Amino acid sequence: MSEHHKENFITKYVFTQDHKMIAKQFLITGMFMAVVGMLMSAIFRVQLANPGESSILYNLLPGAWLNDSGGLNPDKYLALVTMHGTILVFWVLTAGLSGTFANFLIPLQIGARDMASGFLNMLSYWFFFIATVVLLSSLFVETGPASGGWTIYPPLSALPQAIPGSGTGMTLWLISITLFVVGSLLGGLNYIVTILNLRTIGMTMQRLPLTVWALLITAILGVLSFPVLLSCGLLLIFDRSFGTSFYLSDIIIGGEALHNEGGSPILFEHLFWFLGHPEVYIILLPALGIVSEVIAVNSRKPIFGYKAMVGALLLIAFLSFIVWGHHMFMTGMNPFLGSVFTFTTLLIAIPSAVKVFNYLATLWRGNIRFTPAMLFAIGTVSAFITGGLTGIILGDSALDINVHDTYFVVGHFHIVMGLSAIYGMFAGVYHWFPKMYGRMMNKNLGYLHFWGTFICAYGVFFPMHFLGLAGLPRRYYSNSAFPMFDGLSDINELITFFALAGAIFQVFFLFNFFYSIFKGTKATQNPWKSNTLEWTTPVERIHGNWPGELPVVTRWAYDYSKPGADEDFILQTEPLKEGEIEH
Amino acid sequence: MDIALRNTVKKQLLWVALVSISMFFASMLSAFIVEKADVVNWKVFILPDQFEISTVIILVSSFLLFFIKPLLKRGKSIFGLVFIVLILGILFSYFQIKGWQQLTNEGVYLTGIGSNVAGSFLYILTLTHLLHLVGGLVGLCISTIKSKQNLYSINNYLGLELTSIYWHFLTILWIILFTFLKFY
Repeated sequence: MSEHHKENFITKYVFTQDHKMIAKQFLITGMFMAVVGMLMSAIFRVQLANPGESSILYNLLPGAWLNDSGGLNPDKYLALVTMHGTILVFWVLTAGLSGTFANFLIPLQIGARDMASGFLNMLSYWFFFIATVVLLSSLFVETGPASGGWTIYPPLSALPQAIPGSGTGMTLWLISITLFVVGSLLGGLNYIVTILNLRTIGMTMQRLPLTVWALLITAILGVLSFPVLLSCGLLLIFDRSFGTSFYLSDIIIGGEALHNEGGSPILFEHLFWFLGHPEVYIILLPALGIVSEVIAVNSRKPIFGYKAMVGALLLIAFLSFIVWGHHMFMTGMNPFLGSVFTFTTLLIAIPSAVKVFNYLATLWRGNIRFTPAMLFAIGTVSAFITGGLTGIILGDSALDINVHDTYFVVGHFHIVMGLSAIYGMFAGVYHWFPKMYGRMMNKNLGYLHFWGTFICAYGVFFPMHFLGLAGLPRRYYSNSAFPMFDGLSDINELITFFALAGAIFQVFFLFNFFYSIFKGTKATQNPWKSNTLEWTTPVERIHGNWPGELPVVTRWAYDYSKPGADEDFILQTEPLKEGEIEH
Repeated sequence: MDIALRNTVKKQLLWVALVSISMFFASMLSAFIVEKADVVNWKVFILPDQFEISTVIILVSSFLLFFIKPLLKRGKSIFGLVFIVLILGILFSYFQIKGWQQLTNEGVYLTGIGSNVAGSFLYILTLTHLLHLVGGLVGLCISTIKSKQNLYSINNYLGLELTSIYWHFLTILWIILFTFLKFY
């Protein structure tokens, strides 16, 4: 592990144990899944705009998914919504984001040769890869993939005969998510132990870049919450395959009374959301870590309130474990308990506000460079604020009940979790692309990508709040059966227009990404003039990161525009001058 | 990475994994508590005697593992000791299975028309513990072979140390599960 060594194609690109290559494997797989998930959303948005009509986009689907007139079958609409949610939440924003940047940045930013266990790291990716194959294979099952929503609530998920997607598709979903969780846990163990043990000389916890803090706390969240999803899934597997009754009771299906009694689907919700809410922060915190770095670098200013930022991350992580009940206000929960969950949920606004304030304070009077990465980082903060505000409404049990399961919820979580995290991911890709591939991405295409995405994303998700306030339920195949929603069809069409336009703008990103890997301008060693250790490694990738001795750290990561310094950045390895006080 | 750091790293990887496994069982027990509070026809049953025997066995096995370090310090062979622990581990598994037999004889089933959520939880909790124990048995098998070949010394017995930590964890976990199932 210590030095660069000779590699063949298999050990370099396939069964690699080099954290940087594993990061790229996560990124490419995540991007592929993002395209699949995005196409699914484009297809079901077309259905919502033109219910029951045929579309050229449907040519991407198997023929059995369509009805005689060429329209999308209702059960396959549900399958697309379910798979879109599953893919985006787990495959793109969990593994694609965390897997990429934890693998890439942790060893590089703490000054380590590699992860604590290269082998476990490799296994982590391959579990993820096999999970991907299993999930995608469910698209080709006769009865279709899982269709009960990404939250797979029983009894739909527990009874194979419930709906077409409850059969083999659901079984494959469960196998796939089990493999996914195993992969995530292996990765999480590695991240935590690497950060705690393999920091180079001088890299104290107080000198860690906020990206690493965010990735550490994310890994802790994963290690604590993913096993709960595993136990939740295990009980579900027993219910659907072996006839237990953990989640089932008093069910008559197809005129037949089932033997199951004593179980409760609400138990599933408790277990699922005990993972589910920390999962929101497993998605969000890495993005916030990336944004901290990108904003500081491109504002040419130290991050404002470093300790408060770390404290806010810790507090958000802690609170994320005691708020799961806000997803369950409609389950007949005791109103007092509901008020407790309301209180704990609204408490999250405090550390969130600290983070937003500190980002804005960092930007304030900064010498801002509007690189594509910086635009996406600011976009993250913007989406975090916009989505966070509607979170206050949904976190309050009395208000949530009015908009439960409507498009208001869809709009909220897509902005606060989806957009924030995906913008953070884009910021990370644009920022660290030169380190990943030794070349620069095209700036102008980056700007086009940002503004196209930013406008279209708000065009999609902002109007959804109004649909929700008008009572439009989520997950419905068509709203044309309800005259009260007739007046909303124009908004639905508008949303679909923006969704399709937004998808087109992603083509610019994909082109820019792959073109730049081969034809982009060659990068210099430190193109953004950053302080952190990754920019002290050679441009060409080597296994072991630094050709000679490991760097020695003498200062924190945010000495930008420090008075008395020769330049507006000081590498973490540069010794303090005589009389210089560390930040 | 020097040897001391490598050993620390491997131990920490195991400790973090144990935290993760603990969360798995904590969620199972939480589910048990929630379900018991909700279910009207919760079946009350008596734990089979075999589980008490297996409790004593796993406690003894865990206790014996504490003698490994002193023996290695004195340069003595640990093969016999590790082998006995392995046998005790197998005996534990045997009595667990006998316990399940006893339960079915008394009409407590994992699944089916005659099953009850209470019984299903009992089987799932003990089954998942036993599945984790299989990992420990594999570790003990490897340690037994290595100790037979005298590959361990006081300066080099990390694999056995990791197996011991895992085994102690499984013992504590079983005591918690047993106490919970018996008295809750």
